Parts: sequence; C-alpha cells; structure tokens
Amino acid sequence: MTTSPTTTPAPPAVRRPASSRRRALGLVVCVLALVVVCVLSVTFGSRLVTWSDVVAGVLHPDPDDIAQAAVASRVPRTLLGLVVGAALGLAGAVLQGLTRNPLADPGILGVSFGASLAVVVGIAWFGLSTLLGYVWVAFLGAAVTMAVVYAVGSVGRGGATPLKLALAGAAVTAAVTSMISMVLLTRTDVLETFRFWQVGSLGRAESAAILTVAPFLVVGAVLAVAVARGLDALALGDDLATGLGQHVGTVRVLGALAAVLLSGAAVAVAGPIAFVGLVMPHLARGFTGPSHRWVLPYSAAFGAVLLVAADVLGRVVARPQELQVGIMTALLGAPVLIAIVRRTKVREL
Amino acid sequence: MSAVVAPPAPAGGVVAPGRRRRARHWWTVVAVLAALTLAVAVVSLVVGDRVYPLGDVLRVLTGQDVPGASFTVGRLRLPRALTGVLVGVAFGIGGVVFQTMLRNPLASPDIIGVTAGASAAAVLSITSIGLVGTAVPVVAVAAGIGVAAAIYLLAWRRGVHGARFVLVGIGVGAMLQSVVQYALTRANVYDAADAMRWLSGSLNSAFWEGFPQVAVPVLVLAPVAVLLARRLAALQLGDELAAGLGVRPDRTRLALIVVAVGLISVATASTGPIAFVAFLAGPLAQRLVRGTGSLVVPAALVGALLVLVGDLVGQHLLPARLPVGVVTGVVGAPYLLWLLARSDRSGGTL
Repeated sequence: MTTSPTTTPAPPAVRRPASSRRRALGLVVCVLALVVVCVLSVTFGSRLVTWSDVVAGVLHPDPDDIAQAAVASRVPRTLLGLVVGAALGLAGAVLQGLTRNPLADPGILGVSFGASLAVVVGIAWFGLSTLLGYVWVAFLGAAVTMAVVYAVGSVGRGGATPLKLALAGAAVTAAVTSMISMVLLTRTDVLETFRFWQVGSLGRAESAAILTVAPFLVVGAVLAVAVARGLDALALGDDLATGLGQHVGTVRVLGALAAVLLSGAAVAVAGPIAFVGLVMPHLARGFTGPSHRWVLPYSAAFGAVLLVAADVLGRVVARPQELQVGIMTALLGAPVLIAIVRRTKVREL
Repeated sequence: MSAVVAPPAPAGGVVAPGRRRRARHWWTVVAVLAALTLAVAVVSLVVGDRVYPLGDVLRVLTGQDVPGASFTVGRLRLPRALTGVLVGVAFGIGGVVFQTMLRNPLASPDIIGVTAGASAAAVLSITSIGLVGTAVPVVAVAAGIGVAAAIYLLAWRRGVHGARFVLVGIGVGAMLQSVVQYALTRANVYDAADAMRWLSGSLNSAFWEGFPQVAVPVLVLAPVAVLLARRLAALQLGDELAAGLGVRPDRTRLALIVVAVGLISVATASTGPIAFVAFLAGPLAQRLVRGTGSLVVPAALVGALLVLVGDLVGQHLLPARLPVGVVTGVVGAPYLLWLLARSDRSGGTL
C-alpha cells in the first residue's frame, strides 16, 4: 500500500500527494457512480417510462399518470437501497477491522440470519407487527449471533482465523435457517408476513420505514466513525494498540455495537443481504489504503452504489419480474470472496 | 492373515491379537448399527397416525393382504422408510469420503457447496425446464460433479489446500443457494410452504413411483464406494506410499469423487438437502469404530440411522410435523460448532 503506517504522524513528504490523489479519484468515482445508479434506479423497472416522465415523477408526480406513479414509487426504493447499502458496507468494514479478518461480513458471519430468526420468533410468538418492534428484536438477534460466532470461531489454537470464523458463520447460518423453517412451517400465517423478507429485498420500500430505522443507522455510523482510530490501532495487535493509548476493550465493544446497530437495522428493513459488507471494504482499501478514517466512509459510499446497482440489475435481468437484491448481491459477491481466498496465503487462512 | 506367519519376536504375539480384537470391535459396531437401523425402520413402519401391531406389519411385508395396513404400511410407510435408509446411506458415504479425502471433518459436501449445486440443478430443472422422472437425478448428478470440479479448480494454486478448498466451497455454495432461491421465487407451481419443505430436506414425497430413481443409483454406487474404501485408506498415507502399495492416487481420487458426488446428488434430487447428515455421519462413525477399520460402512449406517430417527422425531414427537432436514439441522449445527471450538487451525483430521 502506498500510505504510511497510520497512527504515527506521517512523514510529511513525498507519499502524501500520491495517496490523496488516489483518494480524490475514489471520491470522484464514487460520486459519479452514485449519480448514475440513482438515475438508473428511478428510470428502469418493469414499466418502461420516458425521460420526461422520470423528471415529472421525481419532482411533482401526477398520481393519475401510471408512468409517473411508477417513477415516484421507485424513489423511496432507491433511497432505501442507498441507506441499507451504506449501512452494510460500513458494518462490513467495522467487522473486518474488529476481527482483523478479510472475510468478515454480516451475511457470512451469520449475523443477518440471527437477526432474521429473532424477527420471525418475534412475529410468531410475541405478536410483533411494527417495524420498530422488528428493529429492536433484530438488534438482539444480531448481537447474540455475533457473540456466539466470534466466541466459537476464536476458541482453540490459532484464534479467530478466517477459516474458523467463516465456518462458524456457515454453521450458525445453517442452524438458524433450520430454526426459521421450524417456526415458519408450524405457523403458515407468519410465513406469509415473512416471505418477502427472507431473500433480502427492497421491493416494499416506504418512506416511513426509512425514517424509522434512520436514527439507529445514524447512531451506528457515528459510533463506527468514532472508533476508526481505534480500529487502526487494533490492526497492529492488542499490545501495540494498548501501547498507543487505545482502550482495546472499549474499541471492541463500541465497534461491535456499531456493527450490530448497522446490520440489525438493515436486516429489519430489507432482510438478510449478504456480501455487500464483504466486498466493499476491499474495494475501498484499494483507493484509500488501510486507514479506517478513510476506509469507513468509502465503504459506506461504495456499499450504497453496489446495493442500488444490484437492485437495478435485478429489475432489468428478470423483466417483467424482478430478482431480489439479496440474490443479486450473492451472485456478484461470491466470486469476490473466491478471489480474496485465492489471493490470501494458506497459512493466513 | 499375518497371524500364521507371525515372527517369533514378542511383537508378533502382540500385533496379531490386537488386530483380531480391532477387527472384532469393527464388526461389532457394524452389526449393532445395522441392527439399530433395522429396528428403527421397523418402528417407523409400526407407528404413525394409526399404530399397527407388529404382526400386521410383518404380514404386509411378506405380501399378505391386510385391510388398512396394506395401504398405509405397504404404500406409504414402507417406501418412506426405504427411501430414508437409502438416502441416509448415500449422504453418509458421500460425506465420509470427502472428509477423509480432504483430511478435514469440516469439508463435507453440504458445507462446501456440492449439495447446493445438486439442489440448484434439481430445482431449476423441475421449475424452469419442466423435467420429470429419471431426468432430474441425472441432471443433479451432472451438476454436482460439475460444481465439485469447479471448486477444485478454483481452489487450485500450486496444489489444493484443505482450508482454501473449504472457503471456496462456502463461496460457491452461497452463490448456488441464491440460484435455488431465485428458481423458487420464479416458480408459481410451488406453494411457498412446499418449497420450504423441499429445501430443508423431507421424505414427504417418498413413494414407490420415484423409488427406482434413488434405489438403483444408490445400490450401484454404494458397493463401489465400499470397494474403493481400501484404496481410500491407502491414499491417507500420502500419495507416494499409496503408489507404493499399488494404488494410483489420481485415478483413485477421481473415482472416489465421482462416486461420492454421485451419491450425494442422487440423494439430494430425491429428498432435498437433508442438513448435516453428510457432515455428522463420518465423525460419529469415527467415534464408534475408534480407528479399527474403514469408516465407509459405519458412516453409511449412521447416515441411515440419522435420517430415520430424524424423520420419526419430526413426524411424531414434535407438536407439529416437521421435515427431517429441520430436525437434523437443529441437532447437527451445535455439533459442528462444538467441533470447531475444539479443533485447531486446520480443523483437525478425520
């Protein structure tokens, strides 16, 4: 990487311009991509619309015009995609920093599915019916799953290696999926409520839903940014981090809390969507170098781009139906996982 | 065989009885497992919404006509129990072959994506192309082998390392799982609850009509796997030693992969992926035989037992009727976690 080690005050000279140019390039790419995917997202869908319809539909939709109404309904969907994608990208970056593990992702570690299980149980046995209720139980599920996966993955010799964490995540996912089936098969009424949700979809977006989860996402994002420096120090190992004046335990707890808030809220509103959190931090690091102060915001921005792009792609590929965004991200993200695994040295797995 | 030519050295007197004792232990384990499997199968014929006395069941099995029991036991419960046994055998053998060959108990086909490949192919061919009958298992087997080959190639970087193979498999599996979900969201013929049942692995569609499609391949491939087991043991000593023993490593490995993937795919096409049976059968069998002989036969029996018991529990012991895959999934996952928690970096060996 071109950046200097992060926590030491960087030797001011030569390297800085190069890395900041690259960061600027990343920013330009990001903003352009965001604009493009947002325009595409309101334009494309199962109904073909004209450009004038798009402009009118976004600015002042006429509810009697079907084309404009379709465009108007795509606006909250796009917003939700941006928000959820950013949350997942951020959550992935925080998790990868916390676990010092290139394969960490709310989906791969099973955290999203733990949150799903909690929501299903909440709907089936505790009569939850509001989004706010879903959000709170999703937090609970996400937190418990994260603790279990991390504990299981890090006991034994070698600590939390990527292989062990990924396997622990796969195992927890399998178990949790079985439990979800168990609840759903006994309660067909719940299956109906839950169905749209288990594949990960933006199809039911409403502005109210975004407003409900927004406070949680904001708190999560603030926490994530607050621990950025701590994550940089953690990358050097616990001893060095302590030596640099970081409270390792505090960083871990706050970071985990941020990841739980971000991924739990994302799951509550859009269902379990895997691989966004895995891929985006790697892409971001390509532009920013390893410093988390930069990796975190770039991951969030790239995550937003990816999720909206995947959603648009899902609408275009399977027209006139649509492919849920969770399916698209898995199809796009798994090859990246394989590429990362191939690049990593065997003894680091 | 060496007992006759045992050298006069004291070691010979120790080795031969030890070997006899181990062989006896292995045969005891196999006999007990076989007896248990038979017993559970008989229980599954006897109990149900209506319990028929053992005499009635035996009369049905010998071909006599018993009012009521002939239909319920002969047409509903018997194919279900037999399918359960065959599928369990297939999952058990497929799992233990992979685990032994990759020397990693976590590298079972349901975790590394082979099963997901077979189920994606089966679901797609049923819902999108509209295939029926024998074509489905054929497609599933082809897809299973294709996926195994793809994982092998993608994990290849100056040789295949177990950890990389497993992680690539997890990635491929996640991708294929989303293909399955795609096929199911597109298919309107499937009622959502039916789809979920199939996805979690269930014996509910086990009738005589589909029976030959699972029985014939399993009855052909399982003996082949048992015959290959001896060479599998030689492979575990390392390629050079195996070659010295007259086993061609690459050819044997290829044959084993084809047989194991074939078994897994046929079983998956028949009942859906029954979670964790392939994963659990090997390690459980190993704890039982304690290194006294080949694991293939005991693992096959353990697999059959797991499926039968899981189905019995899912059908009769729980408040609601659940598919067998849900039961094995809930039981199997904690075992996997426990195995992880006490394993070392590589996940230990089998």
